[in-house]
Amino acid sequence: MSDLDQLYQQVILDHSRRRTGEGLESAGSRHTAENHQYNPTCGDEINVRVSLDEAGDRVESLTWEGDGCSISMASASVLSEMAPGMSMGEFATTVDQFREMLRSRGQIEPDEESLGDAAAFAGVSKFVARVKCAMLAWVAAEEAAKEAAL
Amino acid sequence: MSNSTRQNSPSATGPLDDTKVRSLLQDFPILARQDGEDPLVYLDTGATSQNPSAVLDAERDYYEHSNSAVHRGAHSLAVTATDAFEDARRTVADFVGAAENELVWTSNATEAINLVAYSFSNASAGLGGPEAERFALGPGDEIVTTEAEHHANLIPWQQLAARTGATLRYIPLGEDGLLDEDAAQDIVGPATKVFAFTHVSNVLGSVTDVPRFVRLAKKYDALTVLDACQSVPHMPVDFGDLGVDFAAFSGHKMLGPTGIGALYGRYDLLKSMPPFLTGGSMITKVTMDEAQFMEPPMRFEAGTQRVSQAVALASAVRYLDEIGMENVHAWEAELGRRLAEGVSQIDGVRLLGPAPGTERAGLVSIDVHGVHPHDVGQLLDSKGIAVRVGHHCAQPLHRRLGINASTRASAYLYNTTADVDRFLDALGDVRPFFGLGGASDGERQ
Ligand SMILES: Cc1ncc(COP(=O)(O)O)c(C=O)c1O
Repeated sequence: MSDLDQLYQQVILDHSRRRTGEGLESAGSRHTAENHQYNPTCGDEINVRVSLDEAGDRVESLTWEGDGCSISMASASVLSEMAPGMSMGEFATTVDQFREMLRSRGQIEPDEESLGDAAAFAGVSKFVARVKCAMLAWVAAEEAAKEAAL
Repeated sequence: MSNSTRQNSPSATGPLDDTKVRSLLQDFPILARQDGEDPLVYLDTGATSQNPSAVLDAERDYYEHSNSAVHRGAHSLAVTATDAFEDARRTVADFVGAAENELVWTSNATEAINLVAYSFSNASAGLGGPEAERFALGPGDEIVTTEAEHHANLIPWQQLAARTGATLRYIPLGEDGLLDEDAAQDIVGPATKVFAFTHVSNVLGSVTDVPRFVRLAKKYDALTVLDACQSVPHMPVDFGDLGVDFAAFSGHKMLGPTGIGALYGRYDLLKSMPPFLTGGSMITKVTMDEAQFMEPPMRFEAGTQRVSQAVALASAVRYLDEIGMENVHAWEAELGRRLAEGVSQIDGVRLLGPAPGTERAGLVSIDVHGVHPHDVGQLLDSKGIAVRVGHHCAQPLHRRLGINASTRASAYLYNTTADVDRFLDALGDVRPFFGLGGASDGERQ
């Protein structure tokens, strides 16, 4: 597979067009927070809203609204499919794993078991300029989740 | 000054065509085609240009044979360096229709525009005495710019307005992708003190009717500031003939190195303006309490100057002069036409700015329906085609066009029609690659 095809894996192209979780859902619980991230180099932006369960230890829903490239939109879509149901611990570990994979410049083989569809973003790590795109929604979600847990 | 047996002249001169451009390519190490390699198609000159060996050699030659402090010291190397520096100033001033004392060296166009804005700001604070009062702004005064500006010709004016209490207004972009001339007639008026506008838009490629705007400004005694970043490298420009009061351009967009640009200012204006940056090299007499300043242009050149860059920029200007700016302009007009017509024929691609057939520089910006510019640029890059994606430092303009970002292809004298065709071919593949067919199915499900 060429680098380009690794970057634009079918999973990514599909998610960028048929998006999950798009449209901010109104707060389900008191543990709800929103975070906005902006990439000034390309103008991509995203708002992610995370709701936790009543106890504040499990992600109940993750929805978003944004405008950006296929990579940033697909990564938001994949995340909102994966996150609901995760405990806060699992969620944090998954975000860390995703970040580590993206920063590895193609050196880390993704753990498809734990990353699921997000493993498709491994090809992005070879394109340093696009790592930010893939991280945009995840950073917003990480911040929103922290705040929601308070 | 130069010892060199190096070939410093362009490998082709006179009216340009594909064959001549292919010979010119030998002058550019970074673009030189190597057998077997997929040649780079560089269509990002709007951001920064590539350098011919003549320019790289000139900078090295300066360091090998002339390097020393200019305008300081009496040893003979210092004289050689000062001569090289001032010779460079004459060459570049000549190139843009300025007298040598009307050309101030800056780091780039951004600094040149800031220099004007801060000098006005200082005048507004009372510096520069009665002579400088004509540059002072305050509440009730207006600064006019346009919706098509690069941030470099917008934010310094926003800041000047904020510091002085003046009001910033702008001329909107019309539906035809050109600045609205009728609106300009209404907006520029007795309250206008400064009218700052671009010569050639770095996004739209459109060309401003400068004499017309200058006449309008003169009617109200407003000072004009021209952003000539995208004109000076690409067409014959004579600031004296255009009648503007100030103009800014950058060396790195015209075959020169980074770190050097210039401000043009009419001498009678520069002469009464207070300095912006202050310190060494711009003073005559200094006491612990105050200082007297040199005449322009040195008044505006504080500190150790960018001598090797100035020398290299002069070499770039000689290179361009030998080819002839008329010829550069004619060739780029042809490439611009081919680009504009070509992109207009691709399904789902919208040409931003004036329609094909309207005067344009050798550049196009486009919106590809359903595909983000970042993704367009990535696909083109995978085929060896370098274009710019993003807002090109013109966020308000993009907002006006209803988008956040666009894809821009900008040509120079080293681009062939084959480069344009490779870009167009690759662009035609973009939407199919992302699973989009005709013009209408760009919507997401
Ligand atoms: C129209 C225009 N104005 C101003 C600038 C700023 O030039 P520089 O960054 O060299 O100061 C640019 C270049 O990006 C430009 O295209």
